[in-house]
Amino acid sequence: MSFAIRLTTVAVAALAAGSASARDQIQIAGSSTVLPYATIVAEAFGENFDFPTPVVEGGGSGAGRKALCEGVGENTIDIADSSSRIKQSDIDNCASNGVTEIQEVRIGYDGIVFASDINGNKFAFTPADWYSAIAAKVAKDGKLVDNTATSWHDVNADLPDQEILAYIPGTKHGTREVFDKKVIVAGCKATGAYDLFKEQSGGDSKAAKKMCNMLRTDGKSVDVDGDYTETLARLAANSQAIGVFGLSFYQNNTDKLQVATMGGVVPSVETIASGEYPVSRPLYFYVKNAHLDVIPGLQEYIEFFVSDDMAGPDGPLAEYGLVPDPELAKTQEAVANRTPMGPLE
Amino acid sequence: MTVNSQSPTSSSQGQAGPRKSRSLLAVDAHTKRRNASEARFQFMGKLAVGIGILALVGLLASILANGLSSFRQTYVTVDIFLDPAKLDKDGSGDLAKIAKVTTFGYKPLIKRAMAAAIAEHGIDDQGLKAKKIAALISPQAPATLRNYVLAHPDQIGKTVAFNLLASGRIDGYFKGRVTMDSAKLDRNISPEQLRLADEMHRVGLLETRFNWAFFTAPDASDTRPEAAGLGVAILGSAYMMIVVLLLALPLGVAASIYLEEFSKQNFLTDLIEVNISNLAAVPSIVFGILGLAVFINFAGLPKSAPIVGGLVLTLMTLPTIIIATRAALKAVPPSIREAALGVGASKMQTVFHHVLPLAMPGILTGAIIGLAQALGESAPLLLIGMVAFVREYPAAPPEGFFDPAAALPVQIYNWTTRGDPAFVERASGAIIVLLAFLLTMNIVAIILRRRFERRW
Repeated sequence: MSFAIRLTTVAVAALAAGSASARDQIQIAGSSTVLPYATIVAEAFGENFDFPTPVVEGGGSGAGRKALCEGVGENTIDIADSSSRIKQSDIDNCASNGVTEIQEVRIGYDGIVFASDINGNKFAFTPADWYSAIAAKVAKDGKLVDNTATSWHDVNADLPDQEILAYIPGTKHGTREVFDKKVIVAGCKATGAYDLFKEQSGGDSKAAKKMCNMLRTDGKSVDVDGDYTETLARLAANSQAIGVFGLSFYQNNTDKLQVATMGGVVPSVETIASGEYPVSRPLYFYVKNAHLDVIPGLQEYIEFFVSDDMAGPDGPLAEYGLVPDPELAKTQEAVANRTPMGPLE
Repeated sequence: MTVNSQSPTSSSQGQAGPRKSRSLLAVDAHTKRRNASEARFQFMGKLAVGIGILALVGLLASILANGLSSFRQTYVTVDIFLDPAKLDKDGSGDLAKIAKVTTFGYKPLIKRAMAAAIAEHGIDDQGLKAKKIAALISPQAPATLRNYVLAHPDQIGKTVAFNLLASGRIDGYFKGRVTMDSAKLDRNISPEQLRLADEMHRVGLLETRFNWAFFTAPDASDTRPEAAGLGVAILGSAYMMIVVLLLALPLGVAASIYLEEFSKQNFLTDLIEVNISNLAAVPSIVFGILGLAVFINFAGLPKSAPIVGGLVLTLMTLPTIIIATRAALKAVPPSIREAALGVGASKMQTVFHHVLPLAMPGILTGAIIGLAQALGESAPLLLIGMVAFVREYPAAPPEGFFDPAAALPVQIYNWTTRGDPAFVERASGAIIVLLAFLLTMNIVAIILRRRFERRW
């Protein structure tokens, strides 16, 4: 068998050497949240330019950035989609592999919404409700106690008497990071549990946040590691549950889902753009500048991505659920100048 | 004491006790028990088969119910005036300048044409705005128009009848996926738009017919599920199967012939034999990891390319083919070999003139079953970048082996993760296509075995 492997490798190497040709299509990988937007742009790009349609892969933000930082050359990807900002560890990894100039392009914002079965109860949440419902420990009379709430009504008397069951994104999702930060930690602070945690850990705010993010493990909060389609399927099976979705996914399924307000604000492209709706995050892609003049169409693609036609308020991306970036003009200029990103602040 | 006194009595009872006379016709308790246990076993067997059949029927029924509609597609026929003021502003007819007009520039033409068509047929527009009326047409339509204009620049200034895809929600309405009730809640479609579609259907502007594009068109983005097809995936799968066939069949058959006919039985061949059996049981995802490490990272082959997929699947299929081939060679009786050797044939002549032809049906059956397995395999392909959004058809082989492509099983996976519910139908349709391919291959394998295999 090892003989066979070696033989095939040799045969393949010979074949590859025989037909070694420059890669002529852009390769993109990364966040599955950015994926639909990237495919919409790739499709329109292929239609309107004389370049082949870029190949877009999912795989997750972290995996995309890792692939981007593998090095410079045809066998590495050109663009990494990311639903969270690049980390210093990624930049260091890039630098050690010779990828020095990276462009950071913010394409817009994405809202995270809380939705339940269309025929079920209506919900108006605050981050505090979510914290009190699914955190492992909650504050009660100035003390931290194990969470025993079973119904949303226990958590907040204004909420309907419905069993607590939440399908939240698994830890590998970029969405979870935002959920932890903007809902759980915010709720942790609002209920006073944060201060108690901080006291307990001797004033260490990082440790306190970590403790805030410990969720209950008795089945009231379920991590979904798959895509939003899986969360939707689980909601269909259990109409008492509440799921966490991206705004665009919800907008494509408004006939099955009803959305809950957060802090009294209904999530929509407008309320997220204005900053009223609290649970949102910027979406990015990262471009390897060393590939700009090597891979045909790369510069055109990124300029097309952030053009008003695509990423503007009336473009197809906004129609699909992307919240347009009010500072798009600035991004367009940076992209035209190929401005590499500076150090993270 | 007690032991001594008891044991003789019990044995004497067993041997010499009054034996009941038994009739063959009267069923005694023991026989009844035996018969009952056989009946129970038969019942359980039937139950097992029944559950299996039920599961299969349930699965097929749900796939067919969801997926058959993807073979039909709703189209809108509309006359569109290719306005020179929009498409060829200076009237030069210069193709480079016409190509400058992007698909966004074609949207107004469609909007205008739809409004005109509705007015011409005297249909009630349900009080909809022009933009909402144009939303009945797929976002794919501007691209269709632009491609037509670039291919026929002389048609600018004329009115041409186009067959355009209806949008996914309208298509879903005519297939029963979207209803008036769901449209009330759906932000992408309104009941007025559905009523307008009904009217257009009545006057013949809109019709549902067989969807050839499903088999030929490339994948499409989330905004236009109605345009998504399996073209690139079918081509990619076909390329991979060619690679597998070209590599796995000769390698597998050569290895088997050597191991079965020539090699001496020693520690090394035993080791190889054990390894081949083990390899057949290795989870396929492991081959994907190996493929990523060896073929992409080490050998520098491109990502998402059928050649890499083919190589990975070759490794996966080799053990199957080797095991099947060895079984087929073993089934050829030694007398054939002895006769050939007896009349003076060399070892090699014996094998290639006599043994191999007789074993061929078995080998081919094994190869086809191995190929079918490879065709349906998705796990290793996820790791080598085949689960990508690819719209460009790969070129003709051999260059095409190195172009990015999708594959049928990963296309199914890809579609199930999309947000638009219309992709559920597409995914089920793709499953039907894949099952049809697998069924065909297995039937060919059975026919080969039935018609050509010789039994001694």
